[in-house]
Amino acid sequence: MKTRRIILKIIYHIFVLAFGFCMIYPVLWMISGAFKDNQQILNGGLSLIPKNFVKTNFATGWRGFAGTSFATYFKNSIFLTTVATLGTLLSSAFVSYALSRIKFKGRGFWFSCMLATMMLPGQVIMIPSFLIWHKLGLVGTYVPLILPYFFGQAFFIYQMMQFMKGIPKELDEAAKIDGCSKYGLFFRIILPLLKPSIITTIIIQFYWKWDDYMGPLLYLSNPKKIPVSLAINQFADASSITDYGAMFAMSSLSLIPVFLIFLFFNRYLVQGIGTSGLKG
Amino acid sequence: MTENKIKKPFSFKRFIYNDNTVGYIFALPFILGFLGFSLVPMITSLVYSFTDMTFGDDEIQFIGFGNFIKLFQDEVFLKSVRVTFKYVIISVPMKLTFALLVAFLLTRKSRLVTLYRSLYYVPSLVGGSVAVALVWRQIFARRGLFNVVWTDLFGADAKVNWFGGNGKLAIYPLILMSVWQFGSSMIIFAAGLKEIPESYYEAAMIDGANGFHRFFKITLPCLSPIILYNLIMQTISAFMVFTQAKIITEGGPNNETMMYALYVYNTAISYDRMGYACAMSWVMLVIMVIITLIIFKTSKKWVFSEADS
Repeated sequence: MKTRRIILKIIYHIFVLAFGFCMIYPVLWMISGAFKDNQQILNGGLSLIPKNFVKTNFATGWRGFAGTSFATYFKNSIFLTTVATLGTLLSSAFVSYALSRIKFKGRGFWFSCMLATMMLPGQVIMIPSFLIWHKLGLVGTYVPLILPYFFGQAFFIYQMMQFMKGIPKELDEAAKIDGCSKYGLFFRIILPLLKPSIITTIIIQFYWKWDDYMGPLLYLSNPKKIPVSLAINQFADASSITDYGAMFAMSSLSLIPVFLIFLFFNRYLVQGIGTSGLKG
Repeated sequence: MTENKIKKPFSFKRFIYNDNTVGYIFALPFILGFLGFSLVPMITSLVYSFTDMTFGDDEIQFIGFGNFIKLFQDEVFLKSVRVTFKYVIISVPMKLTFALLVAFLLTRKSRLVTLYRSLYYVPSLVGGSVAVALVWRQIFARRGLFNVVWTDLFGADAKVNWFGGNGKLAIYPLILMSVWQFGSSMIIFAAGLKEIPESYYEAAMIDGANGFHRFFKITLPCLSPIILYNLIMQTISAFMVFTQAKIITEGGPNNETMMYALYVYNTAISYDRMGYACAMSWVMLVIMVIITLIIFKTSKKWVFSEADS
């Protein structure tokens, strides 16, 4: 009986690991491609280990396009992503507190508006937003790509509200008795307890923004201002033969910040998602 | 005298600590954002959809329902609706099934499970990036990784021309890519599974239920509100697919991967038909609202709420 259980356990782990390996295989293949030449990438098949280690891909790729190196692209991406994530974090935490903890007139109405925004396909407002930003003379700057994030992102407001439902209401009562105002309650009690949810927001918003392609494509045309996501695509856009090695080298590098954030905060990910409120 | 009368009931302190004030102060970012970044663009879009607006053109002509009538005669538009529906209908159920099964497999409490979960989350983490889209394009290219392996296994005749020919096959690599990114739904399912009380399972065990029964009679019903949430969010995001279609296939060949969002983008930016694109966006919005309502309506039949029990 005991051996059977151990065998089942081993099968389970082997199966889960093997399937997991298949899942990340394309990513591993890309990373190994960063050390192969074109010939090996195109004809090398499944192999993850380069036959002859090519080290020049990173140097070639890093040079970038038309005199702008990847250092600039990374700097742009880091700036855009950090500021947008910070904005999302702050504004969404504020709004979720109001909507889930304060009884104010019109709360139900604004909550419905929030849900509607969450389900609103972004493409519906893409064109008019572009025209409005154009009228304001801000196309080509980072403003359209950053400013909206400071006004709460519905998806994260909703996530934080779900999480807040798990924070006992008794804490509010206790704080009130101790003479804590609703402002103090937020900054001293709710915000610190919201930490797992905030971290989930950081992870998700960070990689959403980092990977964002459509926004920069719409708003940025100056090659010195574009982020990594747009720059990488130029390897394939160029009229000359695609340098796959360099492309994969820069692609691999572009994933590093996302991985770092993920590894750093990983253990909070499931913790930070509250689902209690989703139940009927 | 009158001044005193007004001042007396008004206390700044009371005003600032009033629940209404606190609520509006904290909700203010959203209220402003909602008005400025959602409502105004939406109304503008609606107005433009009745015009022949082009970029930088100040003389806008109202053409009534002209754009909408043209839409239903536009073959590319009709095809993009069909293709997008196909993409959503195949990819979303597959993605959610995978997400649920894997989340269920990974409910054991062990250090390794956290590691596995991260492993399965990786595609979601990187899948939206241009980098991975380019890798995908290379894998499914004529001389790509897929065909190298496939012809090794089944001979040179077995070569699959994913992005060529009449383009009928081109959508499948895109669907596969979407299903591959089941990790984010899985994480939400995992969070939901954690909250199903152990006692339910224990009671079922005593009653002699096997694993199969436990999954269908306890896990699924308890998880149904979360399934609904994931279903709606994934459906919406699948309808909006853009980056992958733009980079991997650019809508082609033969418009077989001309996703709705990509066609809106092309119409507005490449063909400079802003009014027409706005009309298209609004048709999309109406379609989305109808689909969401249908999902909500049917959900009453299959979503189990704890109040019923």
